[in-house]
Amino acid sequence: MYSIVSAIFLAENIKKFEIDAPRIARKRKAGQFVIIRIDQNGERIPLTIADSDPEKGTITIIAQGAGKSTRELNRKEAGDTIADVVGPLGTPSHIENFGTAISIGGGVGTAIAYPTAAALKEAGNYVITINGARSRELVILEEEMKAVSDESYITTDDGSYGFHGFVTQKLQELIDSGKKIDFVLAIGPIPMMKAVADVTRPYGIKTVVSLNPIMIDGTGMCGGCRVTVNNEIKFGCIDGPEFDAHQVDFKNLADRNRIYQHEEKQADDAYAHKCNLTGQA
Amino acid sequence: MDARKITAKERMAIPRQEMSAQDPKLRIGNFREVHLGLTPEQAQMEALRCIQCKDPVCIEGCPVNIKIDQFIKLIAEGNFLGAVRKIKEDNVLPSICGRVCPQEDQCEKVCIIGKKHEPVAIGNLERFVGDYERTSGQRVDPVIAPPTGKKVAVVGSGPAGLSCANDLAQYGHKVVVFEALHELGGVLVYGIPEFRLPKEIVREELDGLRRMGIEFRTDVVVGRTITVDELMEEEGFDAVFIGVGAGLPWFMGIPGENLVGVLAANEFLTRVNLMKAYEFPNSSDTPVFDCKGKNVAVFGGGNTAMDAVRTAKRLGAEHAWIVYRRSEAEMPAREEEIHHAQKEGIEFMLQTIPLEFVGTEKALLNGVTCQKMELGEPDDSGRRRPVPVPGSEFLLPIDMAIISIGNGSNPLIRQTTPDIEISKKETIVVDINTMQTSKANVYAGGDIVTGGATVILAMGAGRTAAAAINEKLAGAVTT
Ligand SMILES: Cc1cc2nc3c(=O)[nH]c(=O)nc-3n(C[C@H](O)[C@H](O)[C@H](O)COP(=O)(O)OP(=O)(O)OC[C@H]3O[C@@H](n4cnc5c(N)ncnc54)[C@H](O)[C@@H]3O)c2cc1C
Ligand SMILES: Cc1cc2nc3c(=O)[nH]c(=O)nc-3n(C[C@H](O)[C@H](O)[C@H](O)COP(=O)(O)OP(=O)(O)OC[C@H]3O[C@@H](n4cnc5c(N)ncnc54)[C@H](O)[C@@H]3O)c2cc1C
Ligand code: SF4
Ligand code: SF4
Ligand code: FES
Repeated sequence: MYSIVSAIFLAENIKKFEIDAPRIARKRKAGQFVIIRIDQNGERIPLTIADSDPEKGTITIIAQGAGKSTRELNRKEAGDTIADVVGPLGTPSHIENFGTAISIGGGVGTAIAYPTAAALKEAGNYVITINGARSRELVILEEEMKAVSDESYITTDDGSYGFHGFVTQKLQELIDSGKKIDFVLAIGPIPMMKAVADVTRPYGIKTVVSLNPIMIDGTGMCGGCRVTVNNEIKFGCIDGPEFDAHQVDFKNLADRNRIYQHEEKQADDAYAHKCNLTGQA
Repeated sequence: MDARKITAKERMAIPRQEMSAQDPKLRIGNFREVHLGLTPEQAQMEALRCIQCKDPVCIEGCPVNIKIDQFIKLIAEGNFLGAVRKIKEDNVLPSICGRVCPQEDQCEKVCIIGKKHEPVAIGNLERFVGDYERTSGQRVDPVIAPPTGKKVAVVGSGPAGLSCANDLAQYGHKVVVFEALHELGGVLVYGIPEFRLPKEIVREELDGLRRMGIEFRTDVVVGRTITVDELMEEEGFDAVFIGVGAGLPWFMGIPGENLVGVLAANEFLTRVNLMKAYEFPNSSDTPVFDCKGKNVAVFGGGNTAMDAVRTAKRLGAEHAWIVYRRSEAEMPAREEEIHHAQKEGIEFMLQTIPLEFVGTEKALLNGVTCQKMELGEPDDSGRRRPVPVPGSEFLLPIDMAIISIGNGSNPLIRQTTPDIEISKKETIVVDINTMQTSKANVYAGGDIVTGGATVILAMGAGRTAAAAINEKLAGAVTT
């Protein structure tokens, strides 16, 4: 059992948790994740380690309610427990002083990009962050991102805050301004990551994305997390989750992530129904 | 029948006792165990079939050399607990091995009786006494030596790790088992299905190990959460045994393998066994591909393939095929499982290979083109190599494909402990007499050393390592 030390909503449906997990807190590096299982019947879901406090022995995760498991997680409060937290999993981000590095986060992807952006800053990069959200209420980690950036931008699809438009438009603007950009990290919905890859490809800018295939064990045993990179099979949990954006087959990832769509909806609907009945939604 | 008075002729006239089984029509609708076990009367009757050879060759056939003649004699005498005690001198998990050992290739293969009649049902007898111990409430807990003050870490809780932990604890060492998953047992819980090995049995055996003072820590991925070096340097373990099993399922490298609906057997079985996806969405949140009324093909002919195909049938598949490139005689699966599968309506498409998976515009799998094979010249392994028959290509309409052609080895330990020597096949290299790796005080055994093998071989390796670790810790050996 792992205790939740604190739990606060950052935006509607996006919640930040500090969890007591001393071994993981000590070990984790930017770009790594944990797999959690809420209770005895729970599924194993991967979540990025957004931050950690080795002294206190806690890790921070930020989850967006996407379906049954994440919604159930987001109803947990400080003092509650989670059955299993295992990690840190995945290969840490490759960090070096590239020169100028842009970190792009879309939606909850901002939470996943944050630790790597911080590590890039620490390594001496000139860090530019672009964080996109659908609208102002969904912007997360604005202050944290600012703190690790030399320049930071917010974009909203509806123009309710910051730059009106997509993260890719802001990225294109920066490229067009003649800035020398050495490295781009993009984390968010699959179409966004694909769009970023398409923007940087013609300029030959090294671009890395963090993929979110469906996982179970996270140790390289089940093969469920396999992705196609440079026409080869790679395991997201072992070889990734970060890959060269220009080599990733995004369509294959999007297709494969839909495999349990029907079942996931079924579970989510049943859960929503149960919450409505008990009036706790 | 009295064991002492029976004549040789009477003895030979006793037929091999068959365990009763769930009717195939019923069992394809549930996940309960297929076989129901021998009754005590049947077990004693079966034990009488053993002629107590002066030179019991069956023992040579068993990878851990269980004193088969002796435990069978005790069964014949009705001393079931004595029989358990006898088996446990060599094998701590009789209920499990009795169920999953490929007996027909090991102990029973060489049994003298088998020359003229059916061999003595050694596996079924082993299972019987193991179950007797569990259900009679009279546990045969082992004698434990006084504490030595030494600490050993066992990495992985599959059969290799568990048998190693058991022996180390008996020698009086403090043992902590680290397991990556949330549940203990390795392939016994995530691979082999409930209908072949009820998980309750694994849990009860684990309780026995806990009573011996062995500590278990789940959710620890060695190589990530903590490294082998840190276990020794920071956590004070005097030795480490690595039993992390196989990993990284192999794919076939044919077109279309990334379509939605093509899965590795490990994924399918883990969802169903470990995550209880057959209870979805009621008491499990983990979904599995909806097999109801669908066509499912499993590629491969081993135990894993047989488990996957029978699981798909139980989840409601209309057609469930085994597609295997050689003939039935060459299938590596246990004979009993092949027979059970046949009775359950599994369709065998033998001497057939897949060429390409095909799918819809939305990348959903809807078929596989296959080709017939015929047997050519024998290859290095002495088996006749299948060669394709020109013009025999055909399309098999399927909704799910399960790939079950084996596994590579788990990379986490080797990536983080570079001083452990690995082979070209990426398995850990050990001295087979001691299971010692190239790194001081680090031992390994089971599938991570042999590649995918068997439960009993993994257990044997765990024991060998435990004995060597014990000697080393006692200071008898200096390296
Ligand atoms: C390496 C990695 C890091 C991630 N980090 C974060 C994070 O920091 N914050 C966050 O909110 N989300 C993160 N995700 C995504 C998160 O794991 C999924 O949103 C979650 O599993 C959805 O589960 P659900 O039952 O709530 O939703 P479901 O209704 O089951 O599914 C919603 C979506 O999540 C995907 N999904 C479902 N089950 C899994 C699974 N076991 N593994 C991966 N994806 C799955 C499905 O493809 C679907 O698109 C990460 C994913 C990966 C692979
Ligand atoms: C579906 C299936 C059916 C089978 N049927 C039979 C059968 O009928 N008869 C038979 O004899 N054999 C059978 N086998 C083979 C047999 O199960 C294996 O040979 C045996 O389990 C190997 O034991 P092991 O202890 O080496 O590894 P495993 O049983 O694989 O256990 C390894 C354990 O280590 C854990 N682990 C992995 N990496 C780490 C890490 N880094 N840190 C911590 N823990 C880790 C794993 O999660 C796992 O629990 C079958 C195998 C499969 C997959
Ligand atoms: S452990 Fe396996 S091989 Fe040995 S006696 Fe038992 S069933 Fe036979
Ligand atoms: S070989 Fe067969 S008959 Fe002889 S001791 Fe072994 S089990 Fe009994
Ligand atoms: S999650 Fe199972 S192999 Fe990666």
